[in-house]
Amino acid sequence: MCVDHDKLSDNYDVIIIGSGLGGLTTANRLAYCGHRVLLLEFHHQLGGLATWFKRRGHIFDISLHGFPYGMVKTCKKYWNREIMQSIVQLKNIVFDNPQFSLRTTFTREDFTSILRNYFKIPQTTLDRFFTTVAGMNFYDDQSMTTRELFDQFFPGRTDVHRLLMEPITYANGSTLDDPAITYGIVFSNFMNKGVYTFEGGTDKLIRMMTDELTKSGVTICTNAKVDRIIVEDKKVRGIVTRGKTISARAVVSNSGITNTIYDLVGREGFSDDFLEKADAIRVNNSSCQVYFGIKKDSVIKDAGDLLFTSASPRFDSEELLDLHTRSKTFSIYYPKTRPGHDRHTIVASMNSRFDDWSLMDEATYKEQKKRLIDRTLIDLERYFPGVREKIDWMEAATPKTFKRYTLHTLGTSFGTKFEGLDVSRSLYKEIAGLFHVGSVGIIMSGWLGAINYGVIVANDADGFLRSATAQ
Amino acid sequence: MTRNDIKELIMEIIADIDEDADFDSLKPDQPLRDQLDLDSMDFLDIVMELRKRHKLQIPEEDYPQLASLDSCVNYLEPLLKDA
Repeated sequence: MCVDHDKLSDNYDVIIIGSGLGGLTTANRLAYCGHRVLLLEFHHQLGGLATWFKRRGHIFDISLHGFPYGMVKTCKKYWNREIMQSIVQLKNIVFDNPQFSLRTTFTREDFTSILRNYFKIPQTTLDRFFTTVAGMNFYDDQSMTTRELFDQFFPGRTDVHRLLMEPITYANGSTLDDPAITYGIVFSNFMNKGVYTFEGGTDKLIRMMTDELTKSGVTICTNAKVDRIIVEDKKVRGIVTRGKTISARAVVSNSGITNTIYDLVGREGFSDDFLEKADAIRVNNSSCQVYFGIKKDSVIKDAGDLLFTSASPRFDSEELLDLHTRSKTFSIYYPKTRPGHDRHTIVASMNSRFDDWSLMDEATYKEQKKRLIDRTLIDLERYFPGVREKIDWMEAATPKTFKRYTLHTLGTSFGTKFEGLDVSRSLYKEIAGLFHVGSVGIIMSGWLGAINYGVIVANDADGFLRSATAQ
Repeated sequence: MTRNDIKELIMEIIADIDEDADFDSLKPDQPLRDQLDLDSMDFLDIVMELRKRHKLQIPEEDYPQLASLDSCVNYLEPLLKDA
């Protein structure tokens, strides 16, 4: 399956750096198009942030929280039918905060009914709102912010703003000040048919994808950090990994866009105009997570699949990012998540700033991690009274953890703000044969965004590889 | 390729994308997108498939030419005349 580093060839048609869902998908598509593909991953496990870890018989998923229905078609077309068939709906999405407590399937039908009956919003306003967001495209005018969009349809209704924004903030790190189109595109994707998950867990998905890549003839090498991308005369020539030079006509970087520009190529490879745009990229926030494993024969009641909880009186993007935030999501994994494994695990996720954690000395860092776990456990007990006695594993991850495993600039867990998309899309205009795939621009984030962007970039790279300049 | 061959080719590619696509009631002069529930990713698949099968490079600015079955045929006819 994975090839030893010293057995790699000196030349491939195309090299993919990084195996997040975008990199994996680009690799699979380019192999399908008939190219000789090498996929390099610095970690020992494929998947990027679509990852998991095992402790004492527990398997903890990092980013399997729920994706839109579009994943069904995307997995069928770009992976295989078996992967598609493992996608199942999460029907119980819970909101609990000082402004409202409710349960929803997170579909347009159910949301409309809640907004009409519970929040007393007129049907005509709802119809206009849903039509407006559903009609948004990434190339539309970006001057309107999500805050302005909400104020236009639901003026003064901070409760409605919270219902609409909170889940999306956790899904992609966006705020009320980001372009309304990024909100509209992502929200509409979810509203289509609700929230879905992968039965069998992230480990099963990545195993199935790895099998498919092997079948497609992709050469995979893990523990293979790429030191740099070789560029000559504004053309990509290959890469250097752990001292070994490998040439290729095209390179697709699934490293972060900022990592790709500054670390893998270096500023000297780009024009001043391009660097000006690249320097303006704001990376998104990072995350904290707390993982709870429930003892083997203990059971917890079904309190919902995904819980958006907050003790903060109002929705506030800054409050969500604070070290001591009182807002968090709980993803509850019942035995149905991994049939046969029969364990319960809980993952709490919070949005977080890298610098709040990276600047701490070691003792403070350890102490703050412990306090994070304590605070989260207290919140968890509100939904699962007595759960403390059933837990046999607790662990926390901080932005530093995210940085260590992904190498992303500032440990970003949601890529970049909107401007990152244009830089990612125009990389090949600066350096022929160099492409980027990964979470950028908010809309190309999340599992569905990452996979679809992988397909889009595979099309660009295939077009290049078959063009005269690449020969 | 004749105009009919091209039509068959496009329908074959779409059938691979969506096995439930109903071609019987398809109006060739109307947008494919509205009639067959195709999205922008599906059109990208058509572009990639044409490149794979016939080495055709369709620039992004020409994607709108693929909107209906008739416009596909009109656009592709000169490009596939020797195929």
